Amino acid sequence: MAPRTHSTVPLGQKIELWLPRFVVSPLFALSLFFVYGFILWTVYISFTKSGVMPNYSFEGLSQYERLWATPRLYVALGNMFVFSALFIGISLAIGIFLAILLDQRVRIEGVIRTIYLYPMALSFIVTGTVWKWILNPGLGIQNFVRKAGFEEFTFDWLVNSDYAIYTIVIAAVWQSSGYAMALFLAGLRSVDDEILKAAAIDGAGSFRTYFSVVLPIMRPVFLSTVIILAHLAIKSFDLVIALTGGGPGYATAMPATFMYSFAFQRSELGVAAASAVMMLATVIAIVVPYLYSELRGTKQ
Amino acid sequence: MNILKKALMVSATLTTIGPGFAGAEGTVEVLHWWTSGGEAKAVGELKDAFEAQDGTWIDSPIAGGGGDAAMTALRARVIAGNPPTAVQLKGPGIQEWAREGVLNSVDAVAQSENWDAVLPPVLADIMKYEGAYVAAPVNIHRVDWMWANPKALEAAGVTQMPTTWDEFNAAADKLMAVGIVPLAHGGQPWQDATVFEDVVLGIGGADLFRKALVELDQDALQSDMMIAAFDQLRKMRGYVDDNFSGRDWNLATGMVMRGEAGFQIMGDWAKGEFLAAGKVPGVDFLCAPTPGNGFVLNSDSFTFFQVEGEENIAGQQVLAGLIMSPEFQETFNLAKGSIPARTDVSLESFDACALRSHEDLLAAIENDALVPSMAHEMAIPRSIRGEFIDLVTNFFNSDMSSEEAVQSLAAAVARAQ
Repeated sequence: MAPRTHSTVPLGQKIELWLPRFVVSPLFALSLFFVYGFILWTVYISFTKSGVMPNYSFEGLSQYERLWATPRLYVALGNMFVFSALFIGISLAIGIFLAILLDQRVRIEGVIRTIYLYPMALSFIVTGTVWKWILNPGLGIQNFVRKAGFEEFTFDWLVNSDYAIYTIVIAAVWQSSGYAMALFLAGLRSVDDEILKAAAIDGAGSFRTYFSVVLPIMRPVFLSTVIILAHLAIKSFDLVIALTGGGPGYATAMPATFMYSFAFQRSELGVAAASAVMMLATVIAIVVPYLYSELRGTKQ
Repeated sequence: MNILKKALMVSATLTTIGPGFAGAEGTVEVLHWWTSGGEAKAVGELKDAFEAQDGTWIDSPIAGGGGDAAMTALRARVIAGNPPTAVQLKGPGIQEWAREGVLNSVDAVAQSENWDAVLPPVLADIMKYEGAYVAAPVNIHRVDWMWANPKALEAAGVTQMPTTWDEFNAAADKLMAVGIVPLAHGGQPWQDATVFEDVVLGIGGADLFRKALVELDQDALQSDMMIAAFDQLRKMRGYVDDNFSGRDWNLATGMVMRGEAGFQIMGDWAKGEFLAAGKVPGVDFLCAPTPGNGFVLNSDSFTFFQVEGEENIAGQQVLAGLIMSPEFQETFNLAKGSIPARTDVSLESFDACALRSHEDLLAAIENDALVPSMAHEMAIPRSIRGEFIDLVTNFFNSDMSSEEAVQSLAAAVARAQ
């Protein structure tokens, strides 16, 4: 018996060692090809003169020159920063606030939690369409308030080039702050009771407890929430299309709608690829340092 | 390089439907996005006619995005080496694909049936690549139409349809005074551009239109006439109701129908909305060309891709002949609301607006006042059209000055060329 066990143990270990790699490798190969392979392909296309069809002769930076000379790009980039900052900031604030309120041992917490979380179950298309009607001056809030007797009331952000981007923030915050709340609530619940008791013994009030003790402990929750919200903000496409269609004019254009319109409506694959590369670079520039600092922080 | 190409091919094949093989008298696969009401019925006429000749018709309707989805599918299939027989594709898009070397000529059919003699020359040129027909037109839509509600005009004391933009402004002011929205408009970029090109035609005539919007001449783009055209467009912004942003064109047509608005400027597909609601031309609604004595041409066509195999090529040739047959042109256009692309088809069963359209078309050919539409992808490549539309819609929705608009437009056009 002894020699046999002697030979099977290393085999078992070998299997144990290699099986996970073996099982994961097809998926790894697929994502390597379909994600990173096509990223490389897109980068290459951005250096060619591709129009209606991909064209593989190298052209240098001409598509980038054209991209940076297009006024619409600046509108799209400006919108993305305004939208991302407001969307992430407000969603975080509302999410934390609701989570803290819900953490006070409310009686029908389950029901309330579901109500706040429910918008997340809708697609952005539905959210966008509903808010389009609510914000439409002739149908929604403005019309309602005027009929209630305030003839001078004006709320026409949706059709006003300068304010239309904020309507997208409103709809997106409505959709996502409940989700932020759920994440924070889970974080709050995972805080050790002992710590809260210690804070109470030290004489910290509930406000002080939350700000100085609980929220700093929840730093990893902030990280994951910000990353989830940030990727929603950067890839925001369907909400814009449903709510404003990029308008009025192109006042609510986003990098994603910019890219879509150049690739599929204008037959300019090269410019579209260049804008996609710029988007990727922006995301890397923001997310990588943040991830780096956060992950290094948790290791220490 | 090769790996990239192969990678693309694999991904493209995965997204397309496999080809079908059947049929005795030729097989065609037709890719189009005519999926709604009258349009679906119109393309059904072509299918019936083709099947009546024992051919096999494979329908590939791809709805969505005004053809953007279909173009994406087309791109994937061409790269995979498996193009459809005929694709609903128009304007300079035909030349773009032809330059890629992926189209089949149907010139043999065109010569034997003498297409040159029956098509307006402007349209025939768009259908040809290097002198050979690679596409066949199914219809002619007129873009420079003005639709009006006679009761609304009467209420405002407007007695006749305006024939100059000054008359239009006067009529609009009268409508405004009695509380009727003068211009029903939908604030979507292509609709802004439609109004813009009609204004250019009215202000500068067919010559300016051709120089600025078709030949993209820098001097014409920056001329005083263009500034005057933008001034008029700015004026028309004032005739639109507050709620126009993002409105679909057919909702704007509804406003005219119900008398909430006086005029709409839109191509003759708007007529379909009136007719579908049981309205009678001349009684319930009026049609008149926008000022300028020209004719802004929009035309749908089928473009023939490079299919292989005897059966497929035979089917393609039969289809080309069928599309241009007078019988088909008549039945198709009765269903779609446009007029036949052939100028020699009898128009007995068509309505008054269509007759007017046909008459003006012949006059415009005679006077060299027929121009291809910029807003509807007949005149210039999609890339440059995109710059026009961006600028026009931005102008319409901001307080940009006309001088600034003209300069930015000229710069944008130069950049995209």
